[in-house]
Amino acid sequence: MMAALLTIITDNWWDIRDLSNLSHEIEKLIGDANGPAWLIYVVSGLLGAIGIVSFVGGVAVINIWVERRVVGRMQSRLGPNRLGPFGLLQPIADAIKLMQKEVLMPRTASGLIFTAAPIMFTVPGILLMAVLPWGRNMTLATLDVGVLFLLAASSLGALAVFMAGYSSDNKYALFGSMRVIAMLVSYEIPIVISLLGVVLFAGTMDLQGIVLFQEKYWAFMVLLQPLAFFIYFISVSAELNRTPADIAEAESEIVGGYHTEYSGMKFGLFYAAELINAVVVSAIISTLFLGGWWAYKLDELVPGWMIYIGKIYGVYFLFVWTRGTLPRFRIDQLLAFAWKWMTPMAILNLVLVAAEVLFWEESGWSAGVLIPAYIVINGALAGVTIFAFMRLLAPKFERFPTTLRFYSTIDVPSLPAKAADAPHAGAQTV
Amino acid sequence: MINDTGIVVAFYILAATTVGCALMVAFVRELVQAVLFLALAFVGVAGIYIVLSADFVAVVQVLIYAGAVAVLMTFAVMLTPAADRKNSETAFWAPAAVLAGLVLVIIVFVSYDTTWKIAYRPEFTATAASLGQALLKPYVVPFEVASVLLMTAMVGAIVLTKEEEGEDA
Repeated sequence: MMAALLTIITDNWWDIRDLSNLSHEIEKLIGDANGPAWLIYVVSGLLGAIGIVSFVGGVAVINIWVERRVVGRMQSRLGPNRLGPFGLLQPIADAIKLMQKEVLMPRTASGLIFTAAPIMFTVPGILLMAVLPWGRNMTLATLDVGVLFLLAASSLGALAVFMAGYSSDNKYALFGSMRVIAMLVSYEIPIVISLLGVVLFAGTMDLQGIVLFQEKYWAFMVLLQPLAFFIYFISVSAELNRTPADIAEAESEIVGGYHTEYSGMKFGLFYAAELINAVVVSAIISTLFLGGWWAYKLDELVPGWMIYIGKIYGVYFLFVWTRGTLPRFRIDQLLAFAWKWMTPMAILNLVLVAAEVLFWEESGWSAGVLIPAYIVINGALAGVTIFAFMRLLAPKFERFPTTLRFYSTIDVPSLPAKAADAPHAGAQTV
Repeated sequence: MINDTGIVVAFYILAATTVGCALMVAFVRELVQAVLFLALAFVGVAGIYIVLSADFVAVVQVLIYAGAVAVLMTFAVMLTPAADRKNSETAFWAPAAVLAGLVLVIIVFVSYDTTWKIAYRPEFTATAASLGQALLKPYVVPFEVASVLLMTAMVGAIVLTKEEEGEDA
């Protein structure tokens, strides 16, 4: 039964296990009709672009619901549950509401920049999607310098945030955008250095190549590079402006940050772009650290792109989880964390990886011995460094702290004895 | 081939974008808008690199110039007290125009005087690996000297801005 089903769908354009079959089919059609060779590039490029843009659009709508439901669950609330089954229609209602709202613009705002900022903020996230491998034959743009492209395109978002904050002519917006830039300057360094560890191990910057490396050596990169994963996850959640680190739009400090003055669909675009960016970053993490479309033997049974989407949502759940459970950092804490914690740890990781790769190349030992050894060494290093930084290097207790420290090191002095209550108690007896 | 229709069209679009944005940098009145147009011009140059099959250089162009340098410039603009003020008329425009005209004359003269060789567009090859090899093998000394120079600049900046010990800040 199963075999019969497989033979029916195998290698036809409707074979969902590999969506690139469709463009192969079109290539054949063009070849039969003696069409020009470049036509297939145009057609498959358009098809891939439409696929990616519709995925992004769907994600932006669905994730409003996912995020609100999951955070609600974590905060012992129900979340949106009125509209449609499980509140599934809530995002559509939100979108309609945002579209109907009046789009206000401050009189002193500089119009062109103010309007261009939300658009420029949305574009990099969608651009990043183009280089991600969705399956063995499913990459829209195979870039030899894929990892660098990820870094380059994601650094453009900060400029859009700055444009939004500056053109609003509002001091809270300006605070927000200055914070974003300070944070970008700080967190770009650990991000780059931690990704360098991954690139060194894989020996390529091509994202498909990194996935194939993990397939070849039968190990997720997160096992080989736990410290880099840890650093990348934290740094990127700071760059994404998500709640443990959303100081750029901290409601309780600076109103709405850079999008204080935005309303209507312009605000909606910022909101959607943040969700899109979170999904894109989850996709990057699942490609670089969790094997992308490959999952041991599972990718022979399940289509690779389904595994990939599953992994993306797994990582996205981690982001929602941190958002739902952790309180917001202060700006000085966040910057000190980047410079005093993440950067030294990332450099340590890079030095170790460089030594390991050099040993691998020079000693000629087989990968079957070295990969498990490296997994053990790097896992131990990650555990030891994280523990050491938390316990040994945290500063002493201060009553009025000015520097970063951790909860476990705070030695709260006991309250003075109940003596103060005595007169009060005495007064009652009179 | 470099004479393919697509390549030629892409080149002219990118060149028009780059030159137009560069002109806007000079003509626009507001400093922040000038910085943003400069970032756009950087992106246009990156596109021209892609047309020339230099994907690594193109991505690095976006990463460093459009990402980092533009952000640093916006920082500088925000720290400039008079950044909000629109550029006003000054009497210096006449000598500046003469100087710019002379530069234009020189560039036009040189580009007519040179005998240009037609380069063929190479295949897309992996340039990143060979660039890395070149930087760490034959050119390791200039590479390291450049990094020492940057390190010195960083230490200098820290020394300049550091508060003296003991002085109550």
